[in-house]
Amino acid sequence: MTTTVIDVSELTRKFGDFTAVDRISFQVLKGEIFGFLGANGAGKTTAIRMLIGLLRPTSGKASVSGFDVYTQTEAIKKSIGYMSQKFSLYQDLTVEENIRFYAGIYGLSDENIVEKSADVLERLALHPVRKSLIKELPLGWKQKLAFSIAMIHDPKIVFLDEPTGGVDPITRRQFWDMIYASADNGVTIFVTTHYMDEAEYCNRVSIMVDGRIAAMDSPRELKTAFQVKKMDDVFVKLARPTGAQTA
Amino acid sequence: MNSFIGFVRKEFYHIFRDRRTMTILFGMPIIQILLFGFAIRNEIDEVKLAILDLSKDTITKEITDKLLSSGYFLGVRQLTAASEIDDAFKQGLIDEAILFEPNFGHQLLKDGSASVQIITDGSNPNVSRIVTGYTSAVLQQYQQELADMQNRKVLIQPEFTMLFNPELKSVYLFVPGLMALILLLVSALMTSITITREKEYGTMEILLVSPLRPYQIILGKVIPYLVLSFINVLTILITAQIVFGVPCKGSIVLLLAESFLYILTALSLGILISTIAASQQVAMMISLAGLLLPTVLLSGFVFPITSMPWPLELISNIIPAKWFLIIVRGLMLKGVGLEIFWKETLILFGMTVLLVVISVKKFKIRLT
Repeated sequence: MTTTVIDVSELTRKFGDFTAVDRISFQVLKGEIFGFLGANGAGKTTAIRMLIGLLRPTSGKASVSGFDVYTQTEAIKKSIGYMSQKFSLYQDLTVEENIRFYAGIYGLSDENIVEKSADVLERLALHPVRKSLIKELPLGWKQKLAFSIAMIHDPKIVFLDEPTGGVDPITRRQFWDMIYASADNGVTIFVTTHYMDEAEYCNRVSIMVDGRIAAMDSPRELKTAFQVKKMDDVFVKLARPTGAQTA
Repeated sequence: MNSFIGFVRKEFYHIFRDRRTMTILFGMPIIQILLFGFAIRNEIDEVKLAILDLSKDTITKEITDKLLSSGYFLGVRQLTAASEIDDAFKQGLIDEAILFEPNFGHQLLKDGSASVQIITDGSNPNVSRIVTGYTSAVLQQYQQELADMQNRKVLIQPEFTMLFNPELKSVYLFVPGLMALILLLVSALMTSITITREKEYGTMEILLVSPLRPYQIILGKVIPYLVLSFINVLTILITAQIVFGVPCKGSIVLLLAESFLYILTALSLGILISTIAASQQVAMMISLAGLLLPTVLLSGFVFPITSMPWPLELISNIIPAKWFLIIVRGLMLKGVGLEIFWKETLILFGMTVLLVVISVKKFKIRLT
């Protein structure tokens, strides 16, 4: 639990005059579930896009799995999994075809793909619907499948950008069980969410406000520091500058 | 490479599972070609008919009555000499002239066969074809009735003559234009839509985060459409050949190669549009308003470029279809080769390279 897998220092991204991400610094350790919180427009997505190699930083340093975000984006892409807030499976392909396709673009061999597909179908109990089109499945099933597909090439780090949006509480619970299981296997989870109860599941959270990291610690420490009972209140205090923002 | 093949396979799934895409891809070329071939003027019920009856017997009278009562023909002008036919056509007084040889009825009854000449105006090939069709139908029906009555075979032999344009040129003028239009639609419109769809659904982001390189993503999206467009070229050419008898006087290999080049131009246009457009709707609007309309109006497909005012003539130069049309018309109708249109080929090639370069630049800007 001591290896640093994401190392960010003074990372900044500007769009013209607007500074979307303002000198953020943090480290994420191997096997950690790191919650990345913030209101809409706080700069979460911009920060993630820099880490996964979709966006070039304006200044600062960052490495993911030991690869530099400026020069080694291709290596980063091979070592991470990603699931975005927008729904990311192909609606007009079947369950099996989606698995095959994503496994394929990550360069898995044919035998490996067959093995992995069977494994995923078995684990999610999707075997009976493997030949159904994705659009015929309930949202919860799709989200779980999307997560499994993001993990199909056994990445060391997985980035989840609001993975549980619009999903019912039971499915969210199951989803988090999957996340825990992966973390237990040594996978590092970098997750953004709007749900503050989910923030409680994380080992550590950082809360972004206006492009900066306003607070970062374990949920328990944060609640103690802000003298509140729920993460919800921590968030509200930070995001609304009128509150006691002295921490 | 394996992952790339998987990508292309996925793209074919998208195409084959979307009924609208399939309709545009395969239904449109055939429907268009038949529409253009037949339907430009398909309701002709006022054919102006002239009859030169050198026989004047009961049979020719009966045939004349049959023609009149068929409902297709409007009035009959009785001519007295063959020399009148040409003038009547030139003045636009008639659409069709029918000439019965002397002793028509007598020969028909005695020998069981007689010939009738059907003359039409070739400068309007569609009308001409339809009119002869009507006439043949009436003649055949009469022949049948007569045969039943006489209890033996009789044969009315129609001889068709087309004045002014014996080669039916304007019929096959539309084939090259149609090829230019359909390939542009399929390649540019469909590619721009399929790429923006990935953006809209958020799958593009997943693809960009994957180890696939951007150029692989674009190639993977484009190759299926390249294949299908090429199939479309073959469909159009075969339909044109079978239904309308449009020939290809030049080298067919060269024709296919030039079509391939034009498809590439259209595909790169589609890629460029997809880098600009954020949604499928926008992509469709740009493709239809920005590509389809100018191609129909300014490529020389419908209106001759030489008769355009100079500003439009100038603009027509940036329309790929214009150059493709010159090439295909030269190849199919005149039978000339690369030595005549190497310049047009070079222009298309240059356009393609330019479009690809701009698209790559735009695509990179979007990423950083």
